[in-house]
Amino acid sequence: MRNVLIVALKEIQEALRNRWVLATTLLLAALALSLTFLGSTPTGHVGVRALDVVIVSLSSLTIFLLPLIALLISHDAIVGEMERGTMLLLLSYPIARWQVLLGKFAGHLMVLAFATLLGYGAAAGALVATGATIDAESWAAFAAMIGSSILLGAVFIAVGYLVSALVGSRGAAAGAAIGIWLLFVLIYDMALLGFLVVDQGRVLSGGLLNTLLLLNPADIYRLFNLTGFANVSAFSGMAGVAQSAQLGPSLLLAALIAWALVPLGLAAVAFSRREL
Amino acid sequence: MTATVDIRNLVKRFGAVAAVKDVSFTLPPGETVALVGHNGAGKTTLMKLMLGLIHPSEGTVQVLGENPAAGDFAARRHLGYLPESISFNTGLTGRETIAFYARLKRQPIALALALIERVGLGHAVDRRVGTYSKGMRQRLGLAQALLGRPRVLLLDEPTTGLDPALRQSFYDIVEELRADGATILLSSHALTELEERAGRVIIMNRGVKVADGTLDELRRIAQLPTRIRLRVAEQLPDALENWLAPIANWRRINGHGVEIDAAPADKIAILRHATGPEAPVDDLEVVPPTLDELYAHFLRSQEQA
Repeated sequence: MRNVLIVALKEIQEALRNRWVLATTLLLAALALSLTFLGSTPTGHVGVRALDVVIVSLSSLTIFLLPLIALLISHDAIVGEMERGTMLLLLSYPIARWQVLLGKFAGHLMVLAFATLLGYGAAAGALVATGATIDAESWAAFAAMIGSSILLGAVFIAVGYLVSALVGSRGAAAGAAIGIWLLFVLIYDMALLGFLVVDQGRVLSGGLLNTLLLLNPADIYRLFNLTGFANVSAFSGMAGVAQSAQLGPSLLLAALIAWALVPLGLAAVAFSRREL
Repeated sequence: MTATVDIRNLVKRFGAVAAVKDVSFTLPPGETVALVGHNGAGKTTLMKLMLGLIHPSEGTVQVLGENPAAGDFAARRHLGYLPESISFNTGLTGRETIAFYARLKRQPIALALALIERVGLGHAVDRRVGTYSKGMRQRLGLAQALLGRPRVLLLDEPTTGLDPALRQSFYDIVEELRADGATILLSSHALTELEERAGRVIIMNRGVKVADGTLDELRRIAQLPTRIRLRVAEQLPDALENWLAPIANWRRINGHGVEIDAAPADKIAILRHATGPEAPVDDLEVVPPTLDELYAHFLRSQEQA
């Protein structure tokens, strides 16, 4: 356990040094703040529900951005250290490979969590500063959004490690990471939507659709945030979906956690089998 | 004394290529052993096997009484390793880097910083490793290998990139550890540098161990001729040839020089002859076979076999 902590601290130290933390935090804060102020314009300053609007726009942003940032941090973690030769030395130390992997995961997740918390927290802070009144339910939805955003980041960090443990070169890892991002964030939904339109409900039943949605972590995240809270789903235009949803928040959350743990476990197996 | 490293019938194949073929040897504590061979002779593979980074295809490796690949890390705490081309994360400073490795070995940071001073990096400890020269990185690499007073030290081509003064202080540090009872395995592709420094030499070629012994033993096995150079006095060529007649292998060099290839058994007889009262010899020089010749001999004899 101590080894995991040592590696995690080093990862955080490195991320601070090469300004990953700074860049990510600033990017997320800038986007969150601009969405907060620009995004509330079309609602005509209703005030009371301001934070719910922010949640809708921020979670849509998160689906694109956080997986990308997570994959950028993680795709290089194993194959990159192997190519640079630093992994050889590290593994000659009294540390197990799974400890290296878990330590990196903890470190990278901390970096991402810090950036998300601070960046999105800035948006909420700005709302409070402008004098908007926010009720408890909105705060709960906002907290859930931040938590699930970090969890979504964890999923793609784990997926990035799996890629990094499997491929032979850094270039291949980068290519695969971009491919995975495109697949989960863009292509999957478009294909699903296209199929639904063509199918007209003949083949694709509700149960099958639910399963298909659970197969994409980005969709799980979207469902969790846009249908989980009544106020939010009203704004996101998904109130109808929310009422008929058979996937409860706890199931969605469990699916998201499984999406983080399974790739992480597979990455550990792949890494332990790899010869240096 | 029990061996710290025990390798038996070790075979390592990468696909169809055998990088190490049926190698056996043991290394005792308190000895510096040189592992010599060309690039691709299997030196680095042997070290990786000793570190447990790769698994043997056949045979066994025991380091400090443990199988290094078994996933138990007690032995690794007493093991130092300096990889062939060392690299560190360039963003961290020397201090942060050595502190990280010290924590992994559960060593106090103060001791690690003392090692940094020891290898002469004290002035650069707060600079980023990315700004270090090759020699400085190598010294940082040595400092991390020395963490925790290792009982077994594996140094893969340790002196590449070090200037002669640093090389000397590097070997001083190594000698100190050896005197302290550590086993030191140094790999190199040149034997010359290791003269006087390695008590024992293991020569590898294409994954096969071709020779193993002290330099004197290897010289005896190789039976390489000693070169005796004579400067002869001004004399008639015939008289000189008469005098040299009992000696088999000789040749003239320049005007006054004669070079004799003396087999180990004949060496003393030739020297007696050359220093006899009627010998026309002004000066005499004895050149034992160099390590490079010795090395070349063992590589040749294995390739012919």
